[in-house]
Amino acid sequence: MSDGATLNERLLLEVARLRIAFVSGRSLLPAVDGVDFQVAAGETLALLGESGCGKSATALGLLRLLPAAGRVAGGEVCFEGRDLLSLPEAEMRGVRGGGMAMIFQEPATSLNPVLTVGHQLGEVLARHLGLSGQPARERSLELLRAVGIADAERRLGEYPFQLSGGMKQRVMIAVALAGNPRLLIADEPTTALDVTIQAQILELLRQLQAERAMGMLLITHDLGVVAQMATRVAVMYAGQIVEEAPRAVFFSAARHPYTQKLFAALPDLARRGGRLETIPGQVPPLAEMPGGCRFASRCEYAWERCRRQAPEWRQVAVGHRLRCHLDALPDAGASAGVAAAVEVEEAAATPLLSVDALRVHFPIRRGILQRTVGHVRAVDGVSLELARGRTLALVGESGCGKTTVGKAILQLIAASAGSVRLLGQELGGLAGKARRPLRRRMQMIFQDPFASLNPRMSVGEIIGEGMGALRIDMQRQGRAAAIAAVLDQVGLEAAAAHRYPHEFSGGQRQRIAIARALAVQPDLVICDEPTSALDVSVQAQILNLLATLQADLGLAYLFITHNFAVVDHLAHEVAVMYLGRIVERGSVDEVLRSPQHPYTRALLSAVPSARLDAQPEFIRLPGETPSPANPPTGCHFHPRCRQATDACRERYPATSVLSATHSVRCHLYSQDAAR
Amino acid sequence: MAFLPVILWSDVLIWLLFVAAGVFGWLSLRNPLWRTAWQRVGRSRSGMASATVLLVFVLVGLLDSLHYRPRLENDAGHLASSDAVPGESAAGKPPAAYAVEVLSLLDAILTPLRTRNEKTYSEPLATRAYAKESIESRDAAGELQKTRDYPRLKHGGIHLGADEAGRDADIGQRLLRALALAILAWWALAAATAARLAHREACAHREAWRRIWSNESDFAWNAVLAAAGAVLLVALPLGMLAVHYHVFGTDKVGQDVLYQVLKSVRTALVIGLVTTLVTLPLSIFLGVLAGYFRGWVDDLIQYLYTTLSSIPGVLLIAAAVLMMQVLIDNHPQWFATAAERADLRLLALCFILGVTSWTGLCRLLRGETLKLRELEYIQAAQAFGVADLRIIGRHILPNLMHIVIIALVMDFSSLVLAEAVLSYVGIGVDPTMISFGTMINNARMELAREPMVWWSLAAAFVFMFALVLAANLLADAVRDAFDPRIAGSA
Repeated sequence: MSDGATLNERLLLEVARLRIAFVSGRSLLPAVDGVDFQVAAGETLALLGESGCGKSATALGLLRLLPAAGRVAGGEVCFEGRDLLSLPEAEMRGVRGGGMAMIFQEPATSLNPVLTVGHQLGEVLARHLGLSGQPARERSLELLRAVGIADAERRLGEYPFQLSGGMKQRVMIAVALAGNPRLLIADEPTTALDVTIQAQILELLRQLQAERAMGMLLITHDLGVVAQMATRVAVMYAGQIVEEAPRAVFFSAARHPYTQKLFAALPDLARRGGRLETIPGQVPPLAEMPGGCRFASRCEYAWERCRRQAPEWRQVAVGHRLRCHLDALPDAGASAGVAAAVEVEEAAATPLLSVDALRVHFPIRRGILQRTVGHVRAVDGVSLELARGRTLALVGESGCGKTTVGKAILQLIAASAGSVRLLGQELGGLAGKARRPLRRRMQMIFQDPFASLNPRMSVGEIIGEGMGALRIDMQRQGRAAAIAAVLDQVGLEAAAAHRYPHEFSGGQRQRIAIARALAVQPDLVICDEPTSALDVSVQAQILNLLATLQADLGLAYLFITHNFAVVDHLAHEVAVMYLGRIVERGSVDEVLRSPQHPYTRALLSAVPSARLDAQPEFIRLPGETPSPANPPTGCHFHPRCRQATDACRERYPATSVLSATHSVRCHLYSQDAAR
Repeated sequence: MAFLPVILWSDVLIWLLFVAAGVFGWLSLRNPLWRTAWQRVGRSRSGMASATVLLVFVLVGLLDSLHYRPRLENDAGHLASSDAVPGESAAGKPPAAYAVEVLSLLDAILTPLRTRNEKTYSEPLATRAYAKESIESRDAAGELQKTRDYPRLKHGGIHLGADEAGRDADIGQRLLRALALAILAWWALAAATAARLAHREACAHREAWRRIWSNESDFAWNAVLAAAGAVLLVALPLGMLAVHYHVFGTDKVGQDVLYQVLKSVRTALVIGLVTTLVTLPLSIFLGVLAGYFRGWVDDLIQYLYTTLSSIPGVLLIAAAVLMMQVLIDNHPQWFATAAERADLRLLALCFILGVTSWTGLCRLLRGETLKLRELEYIQAAQAFGVADLRIIGRHILPNLMHIVIIALVMDFSSLVLAEAVLSYVGIGVDPTMISFGTMINNARMELAREPMVWWSLAAAFVFMFALVLAANLLADAVRDAFDPRIAGSA
């Protein structure tokens, strides 16, 4: 799309040398240091960066909505010719919402839960357009329809809790649009949403922007989203923009070593089974910014000049500039190790884990007597098998029951029916004591590295806890040596054992969580979205670590995730879940390369790709995942399926075997098989 | 021996609490997380200033918690020996006899205040009584004359002799001297602090001095010094004047009000601290059980505290106190001295207050446990097969401690106030025990009389206000330091 050039080149926003600092005690810590960029009407500038690099602070600084400790330390923000930083607060209120509006990351907390949708829209309309009464109502309806909300009349009188996550984000966008802003600032607008909903929202934003010729500042960490949305891309690192380029140039010829590393750290098919590029070290803390190039300490090309002198902007092509002393990058990528994926020989022995018709139903209780009036069928008949040394990825959107499967296998949640067998031994019927020897055979790694470590215990105590509880005797070496050994295994120093979790970064915490699981020498590790809370470069480190551990120790992973790139990189087999049931399973090539179930296809098409050419046509899924308390009759997926037939509405499809490893539950194939 | 130590139950508890606080302080210094939290408290200026004031109150309370019975004079001893056990006497020597009255170390220090009782009311710093009386005197001619005038006090300003007009000058002089002494003492204290800081941080005295006052030290020394200065400025003049005057006047039976106020401090501390000994175990134990096990355990505990907190608190306390009073009155043989009886009544009041006030904290802890038990590190522990009690001990309790500490400090002031209210209603401490509540209760009649007697209420109010304000300010500082949400943002 090159119509960015044909649109009027009127500059909406001009930011020059913007500096934002946070007060900490007596000193000012610079979070944003001399950022400059422009946004023109009708174009999307994507501000890309990892967490803590100052993206959100920049956005809040533009609106002068910084938290109490934040200060704009200098620079200029010019919006439609007006200097925002010197505007009195009363006029600034007209700019917020009227001139530029903002959409936040978390739709659940950005709407006021005690006001109706209509009220929240009306507030903006009254403030910026002076509308009230009937005209305001009509305008609200128009806005809700514009953001694709069906049945707008009814939704106007509803409260946020009555809306689903995607719907809330649509309402949030409607509220942002109500003041007819010329510039929309979207701060990670889809990070909290599922891929199919994310695709819907991104499409909506693109369409609205085209209709209204709005400028958009999109803040994100996701290269896939950037590829879909941006006209120009600016990469932020440690409070500075280090590279800025038009989209096409950015994805084909990014020059800054940091940008290149970001691309290299993305898991994808090309590096399957091999090791991912990682960026060593961490973003330097605000208080200790190095004097020279801020990336120098992590850059493999850095030489003495980088450490001494901060690089200035350099124009390398039209609209493409970067801050780097390097003239031409040695050809990277070529060496990116395509360490041929060592195919593990097909598992012939008895499976390590076998789950058969597992059900987990949560009763819904109502009334004074707490009678059970129904069940939430979180997991409804899941069967799977996993052999030693293999990885099975369990994929699905939020609420499909994949985490519940993991917890039920670990016996953290009691299963309602079905069996879980580990090494041929049934787990469900065992009492607490008898289960203990099997407990050490399987462990779990959790999603949130900040909630999964007890903040009041030292790392040594955390890792040692499992050994103590399972009475694993350390022959000769003793507990301390065993802890040191396992810390070494996950790449941490032995001295870490005496420190507390809050002293570690997110990636290091996840290593500690892995060490805790490894300490009892399990055979099976259930990984519940272990990388979804981490930045791309850290995610790569953790994925590499998991791969190494699997190769060294022969671990089996049950990998619960919604991230297909990770699945592609790590898994041997994939099972796709929808509403408590597995709808398709097979080897990773079968499922990801030739998906058969309509849901799998839609899911895969919705994943934004970090390449410009690779994006398949997006299969739009109407509506959202129904509630597992009241699943649709027949095939659970039929209300959202374009290929649904009468049979789909009547009964749930049986399993159709497509190949030795590939099976799918869909009527499309059962008919084929019958013929 | 010149005295017989008497150990009252409340003394035991107070000193146990003191030792426990010391042990807890030592333990939390060893744990780096607790240490940083306490260091945050140490940096809070208002917190440290109020801690200094509280420390003075605690010191008074501790001095008042060492009880003894003084030995009686020799001839009185002969008289008293008749009821002593004969077997004790050795070598014909008469056995020692001890007074029935139980005194504390504070009483001994304040002996002049305690013993110099007037006849009845007198104003603060007065030399004459508050009410006119008929005075008989002989005039120059030897005639007996009856006049109606304010009689001279027996002790207040007696050193002035006939020169009552010189009272103001005398007071002014003493105040000046006290002021000079206070400034001198404060200066010495400040210099010693600076010297210690200079020694510890290995810098010059001048630099240490600058750090203290420009708020750059790791501990709010400037607040401590300022508070200590304020305390000295109040305490020294009080002490200087109290030697010869009744600084806060006297009450109906002529007792010095300053003495009463100082004695009330211990009662307030016992109520504020010992009560938590009852509430804490109850609320922690039941709250954690309810939150962790849920199901019928939760239902049972919830019903228990919902029911208990639905009964009007004062009613419940009144009923329990009255029952206890009957029990104590029916068994006079349990107590050797009146002090022991009053003491047991005080403890019973603590117990009753504790049993009726654990519900709030329990509810708070149950909610927090419900949240904690869903956290992933608890699930990780469950995946290891760690026993439930061990999970509670290692994972849940340490993560609840900040709530407990905050609640403990915050409840202190409300309990002190509750005692005052209960004693005012007449269901509080024993009438013979001096407390802020009984003082306020007596003041009710004094305010109604004409001319009004305002000083004992005012004195009780000022001291109680200072104590509760200091406790509240410290509670705020502790909450800011321990609450993870607030501590994270600061």
